[in-house]
Amino acid sequence: MKKNLLAGILAVSMVAALLAGCGKGTAQNTGTAGTQAAADAAAGTEQASTERAKANEIVIGIAQDLDQSLDPHYAVAAGTKEVMFNVFEGLVKYDSKGDTVPAVASDVQISDDGLVYTFTLRDGVKFHNGDTVDLDDVIYSIQRCKDDPKVNPQTSTGLQCIESLEKDGDNKLVMTLSEPNTELMSLLTLAILPADYDKQDTAPVGTGPYKYVGRTAQESVELEKFADYWGTPGNIDKVTYKINEKVEGLVMGLESGALDLVSHLSSTQVAELNKDNFNIEQGTMNLVQALYLNNEAAPFDNELVRQALCYAVDRQGILDMAFDGYGFPIGSNVFPAFTKYFDESLVGYYEHDVKKAKELLTQAGYPDGFDMTITVPSNYQPHVDTAEVIAEQLKEVGINATLNRVEWESWKADTYAGRNFQSTVIGLTADPLTARSLLERFTTGQRVADEEGNRGNNFINYNNADYDALFEQAVKCYDDAEQVKIYKEMEKNLTEHAASVYIQDMADMVAVRKGLTGLTFYPLYVLDVSTLKWE
Amino acid sequence: MKYAARRILALFITMILVSFLAFAAFHIISGDPARAILGMNATEKQLELMRHELGLDKPFIVQYFNWLLGFFSGNLGISYSYRQPVASLIMPKLKVTLVMVLISFAIIVVFSLPLGLRAAQKSESRFDWIRTSINQLCMAVPAFFLSILVSYVFGIILKFFTPGDFPKMDKNLMGALRYLFFAAVCIAIPRIAMAVRMLKSTLIEEMEKDYVRTAISRGNDRVEVLKKHVLKNSLVPTITFLGQTMAEIVGGSIVVEQVFGIPGMGRFLVASISNRDYPVVEALVVILAFWVILSGTVADLINQKIDPRLKLGGRA
Repeated sequence: MKKNLLAGILAVSMVAALLAGCGKGTAQNTGTAGTQAAADAAAGTEQASTERAKANEIVIGIAQDLDQSLDPHYAVAAGTKEVMFNVFEGLVKYDSKGDTVPAVASDVQISDDGLVYTFTLRDGVKFHNGDTVDLDDVIYSIQRCKDDPKVNPQTSTGLQCIESLEKDGDNKLVMTLSEPNTELMSLLTLAILPADYDKQDTAPVGTGPYKYVGRTAQESVELEKFADYWGTPGNIDKVTYKINEKVEGLVMGLESGALDLVSHLSSTQVAELNKDNFNIEQGTMNLVQALYLNNEAAPFDNELVRQALCYAVDRQGILDMAFDGYGFPIGSNVFPAFTKYFDESLVGYYEHDVKKAKELLTQAGYPDGFDMTITVPSNYQPHVDTAEVIAEQLKEVGINATLNRVEWESWKADTYAGRNFQSTVIGLTADPLTARSLLERFTTGQRVADEEGNRGNNFINYNNADYDALFEQAVKCYDDAEQVKIYKEMEKNLTEHAASVYIQDMADMVAVRKGLTGLTFYPLYVLDVSTLKWE
Repeated sequence: MKYAARRILALFITMILVSFLAFAAFHIISGDPARAILGMNATEKQLELMRHELGLDKPFIVQYFNWLLGFFSGNLGISYSYRQPVASLIMPKLKVTLVMVLISFAIIVVFSLPLGLRAAQKSESRFDWIRTSINQLCMAVPAFFLSILVSYVFGIILKFFTPGDFPKMDKNLMGALRYLFFAAVCIAIPRIAMAVRMLKSTLIEEMEKDYVRTAISRGNDRVEVLKKHVLKNSLVPTITFLGQTMAEIVGGSIVVEQVFGIPGMGRFLVASISNRDYPVVEALVVILAFWVILSGTVADLINQKIDPRLKLGGRA
């Protein structure tokens, strides 16, 4: 048997060596071919990343394939936007602070009443297909986002205030609004596309620093530097995204030299990496992670119970137990990186206090606690981990929480759209990056069905008249500072009435190969490759 | 030959049944392809438009027959997630998985036969428990763990291949084969262990039969008896087992493909199920069913050649 085992191992390594040898395709004499080729292969792997640095290319690992349509106006998945951020630009675009800066437009003048916007088209901005951007393209793109029923409703609703789009000469666009809209600039980051080009789905064309080259389903996506970019060009010539839905596979790819950069890793995964080869950068995921409570499902229709839960959950405990201490605690439905609207004072509103939680439960009529279910999408490990820790913490106050793990599509259909749940752990993002997109969802308008039978996205059924009134005030307020104040009032309202148990904005660990620099974090779910470069 | 025709008919009917069940399953589980495409904030109107575009607003049975008609006219439909014809999407993935499975099968045959024979011969040895323990360990090790181990040892330490960098088959065939070889080993190891155990018990059982004892007592050489009679008689269950193995290793490929980052059929199937990409799932399920039934059929046909008694309707 020993002999057999030995023979077996030998045979395996011989076949391996043979294959290795064939791979190199070198004509060596058979005696040394095996070992020599193996050594070659070894050297090849080690140099794979160095060679890429020389060729000025990078390979980025991502955990999911892109949307079925690459048309930016239709794209919905955060992972798609993360990649295509590099391909498309609007009249304005976000900078790393989350402010809008001129892009396809070089300048914008806003009338004092906030009703007339005059954009100056930047000279000589080119599409990836070589055509120059003209006003027709701009008007087409905006009109499409406003009217096309397939566009993200949050974008199209916001654009309804545009009354007319008119050309003024060759390079000026006059946009007239029916009512002022302080968040219009965020919406105008919508991609400018060539008018009447019908292949955006599969062969997208934009004006960004990188152009789309191609994709292979479930395998890879390729981008290339756009030579005629109007602004600061990218440094890296070729960017390949490799898809592997197993994070273990991505980590292995980093170790082996197949990948140069992977975002959205957890602290444990990062800990496995060899720090001689990688720098770990820490940013934020820019989402609101919470134990969302269905305000219409008993016992969470009782504010006291919801408050009791807020006291019973120890946020720092969750971070320590499930996230190695990384993460940023929050107290309402805005994440810290969105500094303009983030209210720090709310973070400590509910300090962990078991006694108080029990008192509130007694007051609410549940002195011995109750049973509850936390629905979690099983593919999002951080949310599952969080729910597990919460269930453990709730035992202290006598609440017996069980986890209901569901598949992502079921979560979307039953929990989110169907609102058929008691509580769930999930992270909500801002898209577009406006306070409105984060806070409007808890209004009555989003809770009840409209005349067409559409229910908005108030999936927790939050129902508060003060909140609705504040929102009415906010959208009608055209003074920026005043509006920020109102939105902060709304945040406070959510906290005080314990709409949900707000937990954290998760830390976003990015592993970057040594030698690759320039990683820039945005308060958005994007990865800007144009600032990356090999030293 | 009549037998073969019957088997082929059965194969055909089974495939249609499987395709129907897969279709039905999708209509029972929750989740909506339109919502999968349009995202969380889609309005009812958008969803309706998309369902209409995809033909999902038609009654279930109409959808199924449309699909079936398309299938027979060689049109597998358009993938929801990629807006490309299903056939051109899955072909490259099928190729990759098929090659990996064949390599894996070859490894299983090459290793399990001699090892099983040896195990049967030495079953009375004092060290049999060591062999049995190693065997059980190999059988029990999860494919996920094994894949990580092999990637780490042969990929990252020994650098025989670069995990996460699967070369394109049409550009670097030898590189792709080398990569697939290590993945195939991970699929093969537990199967080899099972085959060895199966062979060992079959051979021992056969060795204890009267005719063997008689043959040996008449002065025939033990090894000769083993080679000439026992092996031949143990061949039928072995072929049946290998047929099952051929069918099952396709299933085993899913996890391995994920860890190794191989763009194969298994990974694509899993992704398509979670994206509710019905046309792709239907096509893959039918292909899988075909593969499973084909493996069994081929094994049966070979067995008949070996043991003509089976033609009379008996079973191995």
